[in-house]
Amino acid sequence: MKIIDTANNIAALAAKMARPKVISAYPITPQTTIVEKLAQYVESGELKSEFIRVESEHSAMASCIGAEATGVRTFTATSSHGLLLMHEMLHWAALARLPIVMVNINRAIGPGWSIWSDCNDSIAQRDTGWLQFYCSSNQEVFDTIIQAYRVAEHKDVQLPVMINYDGFILSHTSMPADIPPQEEIDSFLPPYSPEWKLDVDKPITHGNIIGPEYYMEVRYDMQLSQMKAKNVIKDIDKEWHKTFGRSYGGLVEEYMCDDADTVIVASGAIGAEAHASVDELRKKGKKVGLARLRVFRPFPREELKKIAENSELIVIDRNISVGMEGAMATEIKAAVGNDIKQFIAGLGGRDVTHKDIIRMYELAKENKDGWYSVEVE
Amino acid sequence: MVSIKDLPENEYVLEGNAACPGCPITIALRTMLKALGKDTIITVPASCSAVIQSLYPKTSFAVPTLNIAFEAAAASASGIEAALHAQGKDDITVLAWAGDGGSYDIGLQALSGALERGTNFIYVCYNNQMYSNTGVQRSGATPYGAWTTTTWTGKKEKQKNLAEIVMAHDIPYVATASIAYPTDLYRKAKKAKEIKGPKYMEIIAPCPPGWRFDMSKTVEMARLAVETGAWLMYEFENGKLTFNGPSKGIIDGSREPKPVEDWLRMQGRFKNITDDDLKEIKKELKERWEFYRKKSQLF
Ligand SMILES: Cc1ncc(C[n+]2csc(CCOP(=O)(O)OP(=O)(O)O)c2C)c(N)n1
Ligand code: SF4
Repeated sequence: MKIIDTANNIAALAAKMARPKVISAYPITPQTTIVEKLAQYVESGELKSEFIRVESEHSAMASCIGAEATGVRTFTATSSHGLLLMHEMLHWAALARLPIVMVNINRAIGPGWSIWSDCNDSIAQRDTGWLQFYCSSNQEVFDTIIQAYRVAEHKDVQLPVMINYDGFILSHTSMPADIPPQEEIDSFLPPYSPEWKLDVDKPITHGNIIGPEYYMEVRYDMQLSQMKAKNVIKDIDKEWHKTFGRSYGGLVEEYMCDDADTVIVASGAIGAEAHASVDELRKKGKKVGLARLRVFRPFPREELKKIAENSELIVIDRNISVGMEGAMATEIKAAVGNDIKQFIAGLGGRDVTHKDIIRMYELAKENKDGWYSVEVE
Repeated sequence: MVSIKDLPENEYVLEGNAACPGCPITIALRTMLKALGKDTIITVPASCSAVIQSLYPKTSFAVPTLNIAFEAAAASASGIEAALHAQGKDDITVLAWAGDGGSYDIGLQALSGALERGTNFIYVCYNNQMYSNTGVQRSGATPYGAWTTTTWTGKKEKQKNLAEIVMAHDIPYVATASIAYPTDLYRKAKKAKEIKGPKYMEIIAPCPPGWRFDMSKTVEMARLAVETGAWLMYEFENGKLTFNGPSKGIIDGSREPKPVEDWLRMQGRFKNITDDDLKEIKKELKERWEFYRKKSQLF
C-alpha cells in the first residue's frame, strides 16, 4: 500500500507492524508524534502491546531492559536530551545483550535549546555497543525498523539497534512510502525467540559482579558480534530487496561511485541532499559519486577503503567531536588515510542544500575544507 | 498468626554467599523470598545486594535475578511486569529489592513513576540507613547525628520519611518491618503478594560494619530499634494505618519505649554525639510518634 506520511508516523507504523510486546517511551520534540501514535494504536486495540508511560527516558530504557530480559520484543523512541539521559542504560542494554530497537530523531543539544537536526546526540552514544543506522528517507525509516529487529535478534548479533533520522527534515516531512501487508512483514520478521530470559523455571542471575578474569571476554564477544553484524546487515538488506524490491546497499549506499574520481561521504538528510548534488555535478561532466553511510556502527571500514582506492573522499559531518573534528571524518581517516577533505555542516539545523554540497565540492577542489558557512563558504 | 516454625523450608538465598557475617540483607531477603516463593523475579540495583549474590559465574540467589543500574530498580520492574503481563504470566511476583540509597535518593524518581503508573510489583527498600556498598556514606535515610564517611562529625540533617512520600501515591499497600520480627515480615510479604498494584515495604536493616557494632548483634539491634521507637512497624492498607508489635503500644501510649540511648550506645556511629544531639534525637522521635498517633486516629 502506498501512503504519504511523515517519518514519525511511518516509524510508528513500522514499530506497530513489528509487533513489540512492550513499548516504553517518554516524549521529546521532535519524537513526540511517534509516542502519541503508538499510544493511540495500543489504546484503540490495533496493536496488542503493553505501553509503559514512563516518567523519564532513563526509565524508558530501564523498563525496555526489564521487559526484553523477560523475553519479549520491545520498542522505544527518543531524541537529543532524552538520548543523553539514557546514556547509562544504553551501555546496560548492550552489555546485557538485549536486542532492543530504538528510534532516535537527531536533534541538537542545549544550551541554548535547539530542536533542530544535528547528530551530536547519537554520535555521543558511539561507544555504547549499539548498532547505529542513519536513514535518508521515510521509506528507508520504515524498512530499516523492520530490518533492525532481524539484525538485533540475529543469533550472531544479539545487540540493540538505534535507527537515526534528522529532526523535522525527515521526522515532520511527508513523503511517499510503500507499506507491505502485515502478513509479508510477519513472514519476514517472525516472533521473537530470545537467547536468554528471566524464567522462574530456569532461574539465572544476570549481571552480578564480574571479575577481571571474565570481563574482557564479555567485551570481546560484543566486538565480534558487531563485526559479524556487518554481514548480517548486508544479508538482510539483500533479503529485503528480494522480498520487497528495495535495497540500501547494506552498510553504505553507493551512487555513481564506480567511475568517480571524487566521492562525497555523508549520511542522513545530507546524504539524501547530496544525491541531487551528484546529479547536477554529473551534468557538468564532473566524475562525482556519493557514498551514503547508512551504518555507523559497526563501521564499514572495508567498504570505504574500497571506495577510496580510486577516488578522493569529501566527508560531510553533521556533528563535531569538540577538540578534534567530525566523528565520521576521524573514523574514515582511520580506514583510508588522512588524504581526505572534511566539512562540518548543518549543526543545530542549519540548512544544507544540494547547492551547499556542490559548493563544498568546489571548495574541496580548491584544496579547502573546514566548517562550512563558518570558516569557509 | 504464623509462627517461625510455619515458615517454608525452601531457601532462595543460598549459603556461601558473599555477604558480611551478620548481614541484615540476607536475613531480610531470605524471609521475604520464603513468603514469595519460587515464582518470583527479582531486580536489584547497585548496592550490597548486588555484591552478596557472589561473583559471576556463581550466584546465591535461587530466583531469576536481573541486576540493573543504581537508579533504575523500579523502572526495570515496570518492564518485567509488562513483559510478564504480555505473556499472560500474571501469577509471577515481581520484586524490586533496593537499598535506601537506591530508594530515598537516586532511585526516587523511578520509584515514584512506577508507583504512580500502577506497576503490579513489590518494591522493598531494605534500609541500612546509608550507602554501605560504597563504604558507609550518608543517605537521605541516615539519622541525625550519625557518623558516616561523608558526615565525619555526625549528620546535621534529619532523615526523610520515604514511606510517607510513598503513601502520598495512594497505593494499596505500604508496610514497614524489622528483621528481628521475621514472622511479621513474612506475614506482610505474603499479604503484599496477594494484593494487585504497587506495594511498598521498608525493612530496617542494621549493618554491623556501617553502624559499627558487633556482627553477632544484628538481630538485637533491629529489635532494639523497634523497642525504642526509633523504628516503627506498621501497615497502611485501604487508607488505614495499623501499628504492629511493640510499635502499637508506643504509638497508642500504652507502652513505654525503651530509652533510645540503649540503641544508640550500642553503635559506634553515634559514639560522638553530644547531649544536645541526644536531645535533638529524642525530640525528633517524640514528634514522629505524635505525628503517627494523630495520623492513626485520622482513619
Ligand atoms: C549512577 C551511580 N552512581 C553511583 C554509584 C555507586 N554506588 C553503587 S552502590 C551505591 C550505594 C548503595 O547504597 P544503598 O542503595 O543504600 O544500598 P546498600 O549499599 O546500602 O546496600 C553507590 C553510591 C553507581 N553504581 N551508580
Ligand atoms: S556492608 Fe552491611 S549491608 Fe553490606 S553486605 Fe556487609 S553487613 Fe550487609
